[in-house]
Amino acid sequence: MSESSDTTLSEQSTSAQKIGEVIEASTTGFVAQCYELYQIPPLGSLVKTKDQQFELYGIVYNAATTSLEPGRRPIARGKDETTEEDIYRSSPQLLKLLKSEFGALVVGHRQDKKLYHYLPPTPARIHGFVYQCPPDEVKEFSQSFDFLNIIINARLPVSTEELISACIRQMSQAYEDRHAFLVAAGKELAILLSGNLNQLKAILGGIRG
Amino acid sequence: MTQENQRLGIVVSGSLGKGVEVRLDSSASVEDMVVGRFVTIEGQKRRFFGMITDVSLGVTDQKLSLTPPDVSDPFIAEVIAGTSTFGTLHVSPSLVISGDAATMLEGPQPVKTIPSHFSVVKLASQRDVELVFGTEDEKRFFIGTPLDMETKVCLNLEELVKRSNGVFGKSGTGKTFLTRLLLIGMLQKGTAVNLVFDMHSEYGWESRDERGRRVKALKQLFSSQVAVFTLDEESSRRRRVSTDFVVRIGYDEIEPEDIALLRQTLNLTELAVEAVYQLSGRFGKSWLQDTLNLKGTEELPEGLNIHEGTLQNLQRGLATIGRLPFLVSNAPDNAVKRILEYLDRGINVILEFGRYTDITAYILVANLLTRRIHARYREGMERAIGEATAPPRPLVITIEEAHRFLNPEVASQTIFGTIAREMRKYNVTLLVVDQRPSGIDSEVMSQMGTKITCLLDDERDVDSVLTGVPNKSELKSVLSKLESKQQALIFGHAVPVAVVVRTREYGSAQSYKDFIPKEAEKDIEKLWE
Repeated sequence: MSESSDTTLSEQSTSAQKIGEVIEASTTGFVAQCYELYQIPPLGSLVKTKDQQFELYGIVYNAATTSLEPGRRPIARGKDETTEEDIYRSSPQLLKLLKSEFGALVVGHRQDKKLYHYLPPTPARIHGFVYQCPPDEVKEFSQSFDFLNIIINARLPVSTEELISACIRQMSQAYEDRHAFLVAAGKELAILLSGNLNQLKAILGGIRG
Repeated sequence: MTQENQRLGIVVSGSLGKGVEVRLDSSASVEDMVVGRFVTIEGQKRRFFGMITDVSLGVTDQKLSLTPPDVSDPFIAEVIAGTSTFGTLHVSPSLVISGDAATMLEGPQPVKTIPSHFSVVKLASQRDVELVFGTEDEKRFFIGTPLDMETKVCLNLEELVKRSNGVFGKSGTGKTFLTRLLLIGMLQKGTAVNLVFDMHSEYGWESRDERGRRVKALKQLFSSQVAVFTLDEESSRRRRVSTDFVVRIGYDEIEPEDIALLRQTLNLTELAVEAVYQLSGRFGKSWLQDTLNLKGTEELPEGLNIHEGTLQNLQRGLATIGRLPFLVSNAPDNAVKRILEYLDRGINVILEFGRYTDITAYILVANLLTRRIHARYREGMERAIGEATAPPRPLVITIEEAHRFLNPEVASQTIFGTIAREMRKYNVTLLVVDQRPSGIDSEVMSQMGTKITCLLDDERDVDSVLTGVPNKSELKSVLSKLESKQQALIFGHAVPVAVVVRTREYGSAQSYKDFIPKEAEKDIEKLWE
């Protein structure tokens, strides 16, 4: 278990950008719908949602933009338009008929200002707001690499190697000394994946400068 | 370069018998680790002191060694260093330096246990090393510094002279320098009086080192405490050595035992040696001269049955001895008596052989003198026990080419074999200097108190030096990795743990100054002007 230093949580969360709402939740993850079409947080980025007691942290592992109605597929419309933007301009209803969703893997939570890098006791609440974590919070969360183990052991539609390298690349942007962070993460991975050299190689290949 | 007290890693496995394995942290480079360096291990209750005896590489996954990652990428190289690939050290803990009552009261104690799992291993600090080897005082002599450190490693000379000791090493590795240092130490601390059989005339007066530099020796540094005896007056005069006595040995002083020892060198048969005893029994003191004068077996006194061939063989051998110029039919003075007089006064005697570097002369003279001196010491010691008077001063006899005296065939017969085994009972011990320790009787080797070895690379020599040492295989790897100059492994009674030292400097004006006690400095000031 790791604890982080006491920080001003509320201020951070206010500065966090609200991007969507939970529409499906389970112990290990949640799915959120974005408020704006295509306003999807990047793959591997850290997001959070709140409940009365906890703040749940998740890593974005998957995203999709689909039709609002499952049976109704979009049709091609751009034959007479010159740019793609023109399609949306001439059919403004499109923005209302499509939705962007993303899935996040729960990797930790915060209770009473303390960070825990393991699963919270309860899943997220439906309609809970989802925020993108600001750099300071990403830094705080990534002080411990315990969350990597959760990702390694999760069964996800995307490959674990891709997700881990995306996640570490994302987190490294919060640091001034990116290289040191990448090396530290690499070392942690080398220990976690000591029995799986190919996986380690793929991830290291994905995160190197 | 690694820093003092730097954390190296953690203990991951091990046993008391074989030492512990230490996994290096990623911050410590395996290339900075050298065998022979000292480390401390912070156990839960005790602090251990030990030496690195081996360095190796490990991988967590064997596949890594089959398909090595691309380490030309600095990022990959940095990540896998210390995680997937790591260095391991083999450390043999030898002392407990703090943590229990005994160490608090009596200083470092030998280990009886090992540190627990994952104890932190650090490089030993100067203070730790000082704690273990002590500081230079009236008993301890500074012999050198540990590898990569400035601390002084001190030999306990009082302990040293209680037993026979050995200085070993291949030719040109610095045996002579080390021996000179030891002799200086004994002189400086006055723990024992020395008799040196100086085959190559290197210890008494100045000689040249391998770079052709002049190096001063004992008589020049401690003129009042050292007497130079010589067998070869002319050589000494040419080298402008001020000698105190010219040794001449009378034929009548040579006894059958002296010849027996020379059997191999003179190429004598067993029967010839047997004949020597018979002849000396019949002729008495003048047997050597009389035997040489015999013209054939027909001149043999009655009752002696010596074969013609045997007699010829014997005469040929004795003629070799007879040709030695320092042998005279009537010696003007008794060399043994003179040597003992000097030794009794606490003056160290160095016997130079000059031109007679022939092994026959060396064995003959060394054995002859030592036997008599030992006998006198024995008497003195027995008298001291009976009459409760002061025992004679401890005497250390230095011999070179020791395997000629102490090889398994003759060790049981020669006086040197006896001294090496009897050790300190009669206050006489040996300082054996040799380049071929495997030629020395293993019983004698195992009785040696302290051994100082420079580089040896012959497997048999290494084995024989390490006879009777508990962690033999570990020291073996240290010994074979010594540098060929100025480095020596010391282990035994005079040091608490085996230690690799870079030997103290010898040969510069400053080094001479350091040897001399302050008050004596003025007298010899002119030496380094």
